[in-house]
Amino acid sequence: MEFPDDCKYTKDHEWVRIEGDKVIVGITEFAQSELGDLVFVDLPAVGKTVATHGTLCVVESTKAASDVYCPVAGTVSERNDALADDPGLINRTPYSDGWIVKLSGVAEAELAGLMSAEDYKKLVGK
Amino acid sequence: MKKTPLYDEHLRLGGKIVEFAGWQMPVQYSGVVAEHVAVRERVGLFDVSHMGEIWVTGPHAEEALEYMTCNKVSSLYDGKAHYSAILNERGGVVDDIIVYRCSKERFLICVNASNADKDFEWLTKHNATDAKIVNASVEYGQVAVQGPKAIELITPLVTGADLATLKYFHFVECEILGSPVLVARTGYTGEDGVEIFVKADKTADLWRILIEHGASLGLLPCGLGARDSLRLEAALPLHGHELSEDMTALESGLGWIVKFDKGDFIGKEALLRQKNAGLRKKLIGFHLDDAGIARQGDLVSAVDGKEVGVVVSGTKTPTVNKALGMAFVETPHTALDTKLTFVVRGRNIAGHVVQLPFYKRSK
Repeated sequence: MEFPDDCKYTKDHEWVRIEGDKVIVGITEFAQSELGDLVFVDLPAVGKTVATHGTLCVVESTKAASDVYCPVAGTVSERNDALADDPGLINRTPYSDGWIVKLSGVAEAELAGLMSAEDYKKLVGK
Repeated sequence: MKKTPLYDEHLRLGGKIVEFAGWQMPVQYSGVVAEHVAVRERVGLFDVSHMGEIWVTGPHAEEALEYMTCNKVSSLYDGKAHYSAILNERGGVVDDIIVYRCSKERFLICVNASNADKDFEWLTKHNATDAKIVNASVEYGQVAVQGPKAIELITPLVTGADLATLKYFHFVECEILGSPVLVARTGYTGEDGVEIFVKADKTADLWRILIEHGASLGLLPCGLGARDSLRLEAALPLHGHELSEDMTALESGLGWIVKFDKGDFIGKEALLRQKNAGLRKKLIGFHLDDAGIARQGDLVSAVDGKEVGVVVSGTKTPTVNKALGMAFVETPHTALDTKLTFVVRGRNIAGHVVQLPFYKRSK
């Protein structure tokens, strides 16, 4: 199971990666393996403001719908529309093509509160 | 928590174990979508040992079942099975079952895992004859082999019967590599295939043989996740969703197994009254037209906003590849193509009534 070092993690199994002045958000490989094959992602609108731990979007497997929480407060500046046709991108490549949104206006102090790859790996016991 | 005789096999195959109806069962092995597709295109193997088996035997077995189930038991003959239901006095569905006639004095009933103990008590309590009723659930394991290649897989393994000529809802008592089994041409996926009853202590041997011989045909072991998406596409009802004690057999679309032209049976009077008065609600199939998935418990409203029903099953399924489901809806809103609104987490999603089933295999 992968835990890329260039990401930071939450105990709710989301990851973030800094890209210039944007923060990319997705769910971890552990999260997708627990959820199973995803068949629908209810993406947020571009421009939506999300609070820390607010619901960012909903990912759905055949069996259940699960909330994805926003690791840091910010504004959705871009969303991964490829997930509309192929939600399985999250299952296959959770840290690259399976990204969910990019956030702008994220305060640097918020990022400091997130977990390192090593700590997250310990959390999920892998 | 109960384990089937195949629990260790599931762990060995990497099955992800969940609790279901008091049993530890695999929800998936390789993934719900891959397993679903394997059954539609090749062949899948399911552990259904959690299902209950109840024997009803003796000179008055047929008479006992005729009164306690709604389908016409007297139309069965040796080696023939039928889908049926145990109803309560209101015509509600205590459980949906399959009744197998082994002989005139020996009937096997296969019941849902979650209802097995309740069914046994119900049958024992309402038995108006001296028929003997025995809950033999712990004595049997059960596996389902489903998919277009199921018969090709199973035929060479069986001695004492020709499965290629075994008709739908017929069964045969025979042997697989020396173990006595009951093989029925039935299933819960919408594909061709068989369900095999086997002694509990021989179930793991049978499972391993099927895994081994199925490999060259592209067999995958399949969990409860694929079982649910497959049965939903085929519009096969699931007790606790489409069927319950609070909805009558007629409302739930089981009218085709309610035989009013036989003698008295539990629920008959209530259903006759309802049939004559007309149904207030019906089970319908729906597709969603907007993005989203409606699931059990989501409310359904008419285009004018009035609440008219509730979803009982719903997901997006691999073969049909649409968000679909079944719902109980007030009769005036159940005609094909009627536009409905589904309230999903506070958001309105447009959909419409469609013909069931969602998927039908080509013969």
